[in-house]
Amino acid sequence: MAPGRLVPTFTPAMLVSWLLFATVPMWIERVGLYQYLGVEILIFAIYALAYNLVLGHAGLPSFGHGAFFGIGAYAFGLAQFNLAASLWVGLAVAVLAAGLGGTLVALFISHRRGIYYALMTIAFGQVFWFIAIKAHSITGGEDGLLKIERLPVALGIVTFDLRDNTALYYFVLAVFVGVSLLLWRLVHSPFGRIVKAIKQNETRARFVGYDVWRYKAAVLIISAALSGLAGGLFSMAQTSAFPDVMSLHYSGYVVMMTLVGGGLVSFWGPVVGAVAFFLARDMIGALTTGWMLWFGLFFVALVLFKPEGIAGIFAGLATRKHKTTSAPVSNPQPQER
Amino acid sequence: MALFEARELHLRFGDRVVLENVSLAFKAGKLSGIMGPNGAGKTTCFNVLTGRYKPNRGRVLLEGHDITGRPPQEIARLGVARSFQLMTLFDEFSVFENIAVALPATRARGYDPIGQAYADPALTWDVQQILESAGLAGRADDPAKALPYGARRALEIGVALACKPKLLFLDEPTAGLGSDGRARLADLVRKLKGTLTIVIIEHDMEFLFSLADEISVIHWGQVIARGTPAELKANPWVGASNLGRLN
Repeated sequence: MAPGRLVPTFTPAMLVSWLLFATVPMWIERVGLYQYLGVEILIFAIYALAYNLVLGHAGLPSFGHGAFFGIGAYAFGLAQFNLAASLWVGLAVAVLAAGLGGTLVALFISHRRGIYYALMTIAFGQVFWFIAIKAHSITGGEDGLLKIERLPVALGIVTFDLRDNTALYYFVLAVFVGVSLLLWRLVHSPFGRIVKAIKQNETRARFVGYDVWRYKAAVLIISAALSGLAGGLFSMAQTSAFPDVMSLHYSGYVVMMTLVGGGLVSFWGPVVGAVAFFLARDMIGALTTGWMLWFGLFFVALVLFKPEGIAGIFAGLATRKHKTTSAPVSNPQPQER
Repeated sequence: MALFEARELHLRFGDRVVLENVSLAFKAGKLSGIMGPNGAGKTTCFNVLTGRYKPNRGRVLLEGHDITGRPPQEIARLGVARSFQLMTLFDEFSVFENIAVALPATRARGYDPIGQAYADPALTWDVQQILESAGLAGRADDPAKALPYGARRALEIGVALACKPKLLFLDEPTAGLGSDGRARLADLVRKLKGTLTIVIIEHDMEFLFSLADEISVIHWGQVIARGTPAELKANPWVGASNLGRLN
């Protein structure tokens, strides 16, 4: 009998990226940056990885994902104020609330595709954003939810305080490790491969027996729930939750991060994109208030000349190097990195 | 009793009648052909039989059970697979994965979000068997989009075979193939004949007449004749139509 085909649970790229992130607090201030930036980058890397499940892996153009991030942010704060002052309860409620929001949206849009899917996600994103602004008694309206606490990590016999940015960074890094591992397994699982098949050819997927809409719905729900987790972490990090994270332009940020980083060709592309986005914001932003103009131009240039993003550029360089050091191979198989 | 039956199917797009009282029956283990000129309604008929379109009237029966209007995925799960005239593959996947993803074993684990997708040696063995029967052994790791045209046609059938069907619909499988490719495909269909029930839409009359046990002729959305290849050759309706260019 022929041997099966295994995808390793841990890859060198995964371990290197985790280790690299683990060293960040040791040198980030020495290069003129600050600890909180690392926290932001990791939270948005989680968000972008979750978002890329929908855009990159399932090929579903969602432009209202900020809604789920925002629901998570508010849910974390509201759980803390009204349920229990527990980090775990807050994060669980953030995940559940965003997952519930994702379920509601998925029920309406999972039978759609292409431009109709995209427009529906924008519409739902705007609905949630509007609710966040208008439901003043719950969300605080445009003033937002303030005084959200950075609750300690209670692990039974030991408790870690997260009020310090470095401690929070390592907690968020642990969540990032867990989420990236979970998503890595997910995209290589039977579920993930079927989703990838649906992205390539929805019609054929139906004709080989798959309930396509159920898979599309499941992907959106998982992505929404993990975006909510990122949102919960974000509200904890900035000790507040505001409606602007649910707005259309904020939803656009995660699309930019994912595409700039190369989420369409690489699992790690969204992480690269989140790093590039925040470095651009702080480094170009130190020189000009119009940093988004320059980042936007960079985005346009990338889409025009290298739509595979930064990860695609590195992949191209690696392929060129490989070609010069080894004999040509016919029909090379593209590898997910 | 026929394995698969269509009774008085009627389909219209707006005010245009596309199928009118089409009745067909496909016997188990036989190879049936459907022929007709371009625009006759052959592919539309396939689309109704396999769930893509819901007929305005009439019934579709599989082993005596009414499956009229059921969606394609449900019909596929009941054991009806099809290939497409226009290539419909998972282009970013390798040849291996095109087959593997269509296997019922993969489908059964479809909501497993953590496990390995293709680690089971039995699944790999299954894929290899299908690749061998489709003449694609040795190409498992090639990307589907990089295959030559003839191999893509074979893979198109391979994906349908991976569904482990009772009934296989092939929509113009020789489209775009040269004489060598057609001969290879005829060999493949000949090997499959008898192991499952096959229905082929085909323009290549020589191909169809050499393989089919029974052929139905569709013209203007209606079945105008049916019979064995020998009977059809003698049929004046077929002879009078532009389908009569048979040796």
